[in-house]
Amino acid sequence: MNKNKVLYSGAIILAVTLTAALLVALVLFAIGASPLETYKTILTGPLSDLFGVTEVLVRSVPLLLVGLGIAISFRSGILNIGAEGQIQMGVIASTAMALAMPHAPKAILLPATLMAGALAGALWGGIAGWLKARLQVNEILSTVMLNYIAAQVYTFMLRGPMLDPTELETGSGTPQSMRLPESVFLDQLIPGTRIHAGLILALVAAVLVWMLLWKTTLGYRMRAAGAGAKAARYAGVPVERYLIVAMLLAGGFAGLAGAVEVTGVHHRAIEGISSGYGFAGIVVALFGALHPGGIVPSAVFFGVLLIGADMTQRSAAVPANMVLVLQGVIILSIVSAQSFLRNPYAQERFFRWLARFSAASTKAGKGAKS
Amino acid sequence: MSGGLMLYNVLCLAVPFSVALLLAALGENFNQRAGVFNLGCDGIMCMGAFLGFMVPFTLKGGPWAAYGNLLGIGAALAVGAAMGVVFALVTVTFRASQGIAGIGLQMLGWGLAGTLFRHFVGGVTGVEGMAAIAIPGLSRIPFLGGVLFNHNALTYTALLLVPACWFLLYKTPWGLKVRAVGTHPRAADTMGIHVDRIRYQALMLGGAMAGLAGAYLSLCQAKMFSDDLVAGRGFIAVALVYFGRWSPLGILGGALLFSIAQSFQLSMQVWGIKFPYEFAVMLPYVLVIVVLAVARKARQLGPTDLGKPYNREMRF
Amino acid sequence: MTALEPISELKLEGITKRFPGVLACDGISLQVRRGEVLALVGENGAGKTTLMNIIMGLYRPDSGTIHVNGEEVHFRAPGDAYARGIGMVHQHFMLVPNMTVAENLALGVKELHHFMNLDIKGAAKRIREISERYELPVNPDAYIWQLSVGEQQRVELVKTLCLGARLLILDEPTSALTPQETDDLIERLQRMASELAIIFISHKLNEVKALSDRVSILRHGAVVFNGHTANHEPSELAALMTGHEVVLPRNEGSSIQGEPLLSVQNLRVRGDRGNLVLDGLDLELRAGEVLGMAGVSGNGQREFADALAGLRPVESGQILFGGKDLANRSPREIIQAGMGYVPEDRQTEGIVPSFSVKDNLILKDFAEPRFSTRAFLRRKEIDSNAETLKERFDIRCPSTSTATGSLSGGNIQKVILAREISRGPKALVAVYPTRGIDMGAQEFIHEQLLARRREGIGIILISEELEEVMNLSDRIAVIYKGKILKVLPAVEATRERLGILMAGLADPDAPGGAQTEAQAGVAHE
Repeated sequence: MNKNKVLYSGAIILAVTLTAALLVALVLFAIGASPLETYKTILTGPLSDLFGVTEVLVRSVPLLLVGLGIAISFRSGILNIGAEGQIQMGVIASTAMALAMPHAPKAILLPATLMAGALAGALWGGIAGWLKARLQVNEILSTVMLNYIAAQVYTFMLRGPMLDPTELETGSGTPQSMRLPESVFLDQLIPGTRIHAGLILALVAAVLVWMLLWKTTLGYRMRAAGAGAKAARYAGVPVERYLIVAMLLAGGFAGLAGAVEVTGVHHRAIEGISSGYGFAGIVVALFGALHPGGIVPSAVFFGVLLIGADMTQRSAAVPANMVLVLQGVIILSIVSAQSFLRNPYAQERFFRWLARFSAASTKAGKGAKS
Repeated sequence: MSGGLMLYNVLCLAVPFSVALLLAALGENFNQRAGVFNLGCDGIMCMGAFLGFMVPFTLKGGPWAAYGNLLGIGAALAVGAAMGVVFALVTVTFRASQGIAGIGLQMLGWGLAGTLFRHFVGGVTGVEGMAAIAIPGLSRIPFLGGVLFNHNALTYTALLLVPACWFLLYKTPWGLKVRAVGTHPRAADTMGIHVDRIRYQALMLGGAMAGLAGAYLSLCQAKMFSDDLVAGRGFIAVALVYFGRWSPLGILGGALLFSIAQSFQLSMQVWGIKFPYEFAVMLPYVLVIVVLAVARKARQLGPTDLGKPYNREMRF
Repeated sequence: MTALEPISELKLEGITKRFPGVLACDGISLQVRRGEVLALVGENGAGKTTLMNIIMGLYRPDSGTIHVNGEEVHFRAPGDAYARGIGMVHQHFMLVPNMTVAENLALGVKELHHFMNLDIKGAAKRIREISERYELPVNPDAYIWQLSVGEQQRVELVKTLCLGARLLILDEPTSALTPQETDDLIERLQRMASELAIIFISHKLNEVKALSDRVSILRHGAVVFNGHTANHEPSELAALMTGHEVVLPRNEGSSIQGEPLLSVQNLRVRGDRGNLVLDGLDLELRAGEVLGMAGVSGNGQREFADALAGLRPVESGQILFGGKDLANRSPREIIQAGMGYVPEDRQTEGIVPSFSVKDNLILKDFAEPRFSTRAFLRRKEIDSNAETLKERFDIRCPSTSTATGSLSGGNIQKVILAREISRGPKALVAVYPTRGIDMGAQEFIHEQLLARRREGIGIILISEELEEVMNLSDRIAVIYKGKILKVLPAVEATRERLGILMAGLADPDAPGGAQTEAQAGVAHE
């Protein structure tokens, strides 16, 4: 990377970040919240104590897993917007698996539960992959539809077949499943906190994804299919097959995220368990430049944002939907920045403008002096 | 219950149910014909729904109350157009990827509508909405009268917009430019047409119509606002445009198909047919997937340059 | 929008234009007057099209001036050029396929745009007037996608004239025409030249000789020569075009009668629109020969190459190669059977532009034991392979880790060729391999192809450059409307004979007098 390119990239990223922050500040202003206070709370609040830090990490685990899956799919040329639904399917499957064999030993039950979650998510994602590969159905539309369908399936299961029998007895009717057997809980890493072994799992997954994409032949095929589908076909790579594989992997990661949330955090299936991780994961992946090395810090950063948003909801009466606004603005900013960064013509124009600007200002300076 | 009566009931419900989809899809059609697909349609509908509810709600009981509905619709149109311009800025001027940008806009619209609602209103409240206007004479026609001629002004407008949009697209100079820009933008450019400008105009119009669709949902159909009001209809509208082969008439057919499915679902509950509630709610979304899977690409007739940004300076 | 005054003079001075990484135009000065035809000549990439696009207002020059009739003009958009009476027929037609001819014209004529009403009838009327006046028959109500390439070109000409062009620019007007259609067009242009000024861009020097009064030669973005055509021979112009004596490798052909390598029998393939694009195609390729395929583009060449590579389904017929029928096999199987493919569109079909040079060099072989163990890539092997091939094929790139898409066209083609050849294929299909490539790289590629021929590889060369086909081939097959019309030895092929065959007419020079089309289809040599 030569000096010019670095200067240009830096300028773009700075401009884009400032614009995003400004837009969100405008919205905050409109609802009567102080932008500075809100930003301060969001960015510093969560990290103020050890418990806060572990909470951030707890949130970042599903973000990391989902983000990794989305990075795989985006790099393979298929846009997975369905992580939300894939998480929910993962939760259903893993809860069912754990409740089906409550007396099995941990060494069997835990892996089986996680696998069940991953498999369910993979299948749900695979549907969209197959639809695109075979029938050229736009994957953004199909995954979004599958999200809505999964949400209904999830509600149905939670209020019906998977409803905790004690809820029926006590009549409280909270839609949630039975508590899972203790043998399936993910180990607590630090006593007194909620941080669990899923963190290690997610970090290992990040390394594995990096190796997959850049070190294996499978990863080569998938990246080729994503970066140059036509050329890949001409070279004998069955692109359609790898679209499906990519969606299976992406869905699998999201389903695994659901299973991890169930076994590590909530210990039962509850309403709102996916709580927007599916969409946040997209932003995490984009922010991390679709590379595990970037997605890990990006996931932690978004963990901070999510906890921070919770805190502002309580303290500054900023509604929770604000997170969506933030995510939307970030996506629009990233996508605009990307197009500037990739556009050699824009880079030229930038430097020409810069040259003219500095020439004009030196002239003005000289004029003022004389 | 007789079959004829069942059909009548379903159809009576179907027409008003189709309006939101129809308006949004007709607007999206202009976007796509010009070569841009705006998945943020759903988010624009959310904002339109919020304003369509919020304005009459705030003006209730005050001096301007009588104009509440009209002003609400106006606000929805304006905000919709503004969001269309934002999308145009990102996808046309910045030439960013349209799919992801659309999702970003959708999140923004959805979140913003919910945030503003929670802040300014909070609870579950309703508005009066718009009254049905029975067209004298025509509404007496047995069967058809009830189905077609006993709706509110916005519904009639939506139905009239179908031939209006057709005319705009195929018989006016602007429509010609839009179609050229979406199929062969460089050819249009060499003929002196401002490709970017036409795309901005199309996106503004499409955004305004999506905003109007949202206002219809809150003002006329549900007569209230909530986070799940739009429930993905914006995405369904985008799918409808493909399904309708980028023609207003095809889009009308598609919108009716979906609304019939939806009214069928509602009617089933009323008639006491046992069917799990969640599966019934699922139907429209499943239908979208089926429809997309089955619709064969008739790309020759439609905008073949859909989704690709235009860069005059690019060597060709 | 019609310019009423004829253009008596167009003058360009010092026009310079840069694209990222490339100086397309370097201080170009030119002029053309009414009543004369100026030919703008140069190799692919010399800057001709860029210069014309600047005149048309599609690009803005970084510096320099344009004067029309002595008055300086600044074109900010294409419409401005038309307003001044300058019109252009582009190489790739600027026609919207799913609209009619009249609608296409109406796009550009502002007078026909009333607020809510589009005056299509007015457009149709104008078209008929111009059509009659210049003897260019065109049907205003036809949809563009229904028209042939020649007809579309007529539409483009009529359109530019309807828009009031007094100076016509034609960019490679004959690239998609048969020799007869070309002669036709040249005649028409000669007639129109008396009232208009014409600039035409070409790299075909015989056409330049036939049509132009003056010629300007561009090389690497700069004007290297200005003169009167009549005073110079094509060979002289060619030398000026390339900067050195042009000696393209010729196939000296010792007729090695190799065994049949590839046998295509009665191939039927459908095109994108569902029509039968290959209709019973028969062809035989022998080892150690170059079989050139000549034909006007659009007669099935592309679909033939795709079918051979397994990228297009075959409806019926056989492709026998190495004892197996390859029809409808997967691209993977065909590649493994020993078939190499140099595709038409190198940027999107030949390479993955964002991948490095070394990754593109193994695009077909990454799963081979040489480059991967079990599932993992062997980076060291991949790197050393890239270095070896870079040397052997003279690939000019900063390093083998550079993104391939940033290389020049010629070097990208070398990467593709290096990859295909180093795999040791038994047969190679090359589609328009030197399109848009400078002469230096062309020479290299031709040498490579001939070297492979000597090694016993069979090569099918599909090209629209008759010279290339005639120079390199042992035998030439003429394809017309999806069938092989005739296969003749290169020594018997002349431009005229090939031209007649390419147009689908009976072969006048065949032994035994004129044969009918049907007979010609059966006769093989």
